[in-house]
Amino acid sequence: MVDALAGPRESTSGRRAQPLRATSRRRSRQRSRQNGAALLFLAPWLLGLVGITLVPMAISLYLSFTDFNLIRFGTKFVGLDNYLRMASDSRLLASAKVTAVYVLFSVPLQLVFALLLALLLNQGLRGLSIYRAVYYLPSLLGGSVAVGLLWRRVFGGDGLLNQVLGLLGLTNLPSWIGDPDYALWTLIIHHAWTFGSPMVIFLAGLRQIPSEIYESAAVDGAGLFARLFRITLPLLSPVIFFNLVLQVINAFQAFTPAYVISGGTGGPNDSTLFYTLYLYTVGFRQFDMGRASAMAWMLLAVIAAFTAVNFLTSRKWVFYGDE
Amino acid sequence: MATSEALTRRVSTALPRRRAAAPVRARRAALGALAHTALILFALVMIYPLLWMVSASFRPETEVFSSPGLIPSAPTLSNYLSGWLSQGGFGRFFLTSGLICLVSVVGILLSCSFAAYAFARLSFSFKRPLFAVMLVSIMLPLHVTVVPQYIIFSRLGWVNTFWPLLLPKVLAVDSFFIFLLVQFIRGLPRELDEAAEIDGCGPVMIFWRIILPLMKPALATASIFAFIWSWNDFFIPLLYLTDPDLYTVPLALRSFVSADGESAWGQLFAMSVLSLLPIFAVFLYGQRFLIRGIATTGLK
Repeated sequence: MVDALAGPRESTSGRRAQPLRATSRRRSRQRSRQNGAALLFLAPWLLGLVGITLVPMAISLYLSFTDFNLIRFGTKFVGLDNYLRMASDSRLLASAKVTAVYVLFSVPLQLVFALLLALLLNQGLRGLSIYRAVYYLPSLLGGSVAVGLLWRRVFGGDGLLNQVLGLLGLTNLPSWIGDPDYALWTLIIHHAWTFGSPMVIFLAGLRQIPSEIYESAAVDGAGLFARLFRITLPLLSPVIFFNLVLQVINAFQAFTPAYVISGGTGGPNDSTLFYTLYLYTVGFRQFDMGRASAMAWMLLAVIAAFTAVNFLTSRKWVFYGDE
Repeated sequence: MATSEALTRRVSTALPRRRAAAPVRARRAALGALAHTALILFALVMIYPLLWMVSASFRPETEVFSSPGLIPSAPTLSNYLSGWLSQGGFGRFFLTSGLICLVSVVGILLSCSFAAYAFARLSFSFKRPLFAVMLVSIMLPLHVTVVPQYIIFSRLGWVNTFWPLLLPKVLAVDSFFIFLLVQFIRGLPRELDEAAEIDGCGPVMIFWRIILPLMKPALATASIFAFIWSWNDFFIPLLYLTDPDLYTVPLALRSFVSADGESAWGQLFAMSVLSLLPIFAVFLYGQRFLIRGIATTGLK
């Protein structure tokens, strides 16, 4: 990904240097023929880019300065009103806080699990592929409604978790999803539970660390911690960074688990009202699409800011080898 | 963790030190056993809820929550039968979801491999900025476009049709797949293209005859992801499909749970298990490609 940001590499091998006399007409014809072919191949994507991404983005930016409502006639231009009113919208502030807590806790938790398990599985144990499959499975199923509904049963008042804890002799347990103090934590656990995909990426990254480095470190008498902190983590830092950026973006946009677990309300008491869930409520329950558009642009700005901060601070800790 | 010590020990005991070998081997075996025990226990904790759901789906409705155990005392298929017949026949939701997935996967594979070929192999004006736009759009939150999209699609009369679900797929809006395929094509030797070019093939022929057939592993990876994401997709169907006759499986699953908590949990679990089966099957079948795909995106 980081490598790809450099843009497509043009291989010049095999391009014979043409004599200067080589008709520029022929070269320009070749150029234009490639342009034609490229247009042909890019046509579906370009149509989608313009029609489904760029034009709606422009409309959404325009709408965010209006009081457009889908089921009411007459739209006024309201300037920055939608943006300014956010600061006084108590539900919006609550949802921003819920989302912030979710991102700040669930992503590090998920990545720590992913990294620990990847380091453990990388020790050349037998049965790696079976472990990898089992740990990866929740990542595949986690986004589904089925698992969201299951979560409701696991963390309910008479749910599975309390039954198990009851067997261990614990009583007076809260109904986790029904309790505003705990409901968000069931969602944080849900996100951490899907640590399989970053784990697989970590495993791939660990594979790329040449074993000679460890061998020479062993000759130098490097202990376990020295190897972990001086070799493994620095060499893995680009991968850690990649996972961090990706998962932060994902966590900001989480919707399905919160919607399903709270029955679409973000309850109890707005304790699981993710920002995206509130955006959905404003835009598609109240049809207040001007406000919803402003909220969407705010979300984009926040995600972009977080990603930018990630990139800027990455210089301090991400180590790119001389590759 | 501990086993890494054993590993270095193996390296350092490569020197002939026969006397120490036996206790070291014993210690290594013990550490390995410990690591395996921890890994297995943790794996069980992870998938316990899933296993419990499977077991609960085979219990009579009155006993679904009777115990946290995993072995139903009197296994029955009643939940599967009544669940399959509920909501006017649950099978239609599977049919709808299946068809949507099929069109989505084919649409994504075609449109994204077209675009990927252009980015990886053709030279054209504005290539770099377009490539940058493509990368940025991978990270673009869906919510920024979803409101105007809804307005446009509803003006076109497309609410309660499948167009809003399928059109973005056919038009390669999910650029993650373009990126994945570009990465793969870059790894194919250019000499192939050049040889074909000398034989008088144009870009279309090169793509069709040479690149596309070689892309099979990457296409397998992409189709697995595309299938699982389409199958699980919830937000977009929730917006556009309000008619229960058009529901996809995730939307229909939600109907089992009513707001007042009076729910057919047994039927819900049975249908949930069925809804997870295709993902599970695809995962088992295509694990190789999946792991390779995750490993190669962004980790060049």
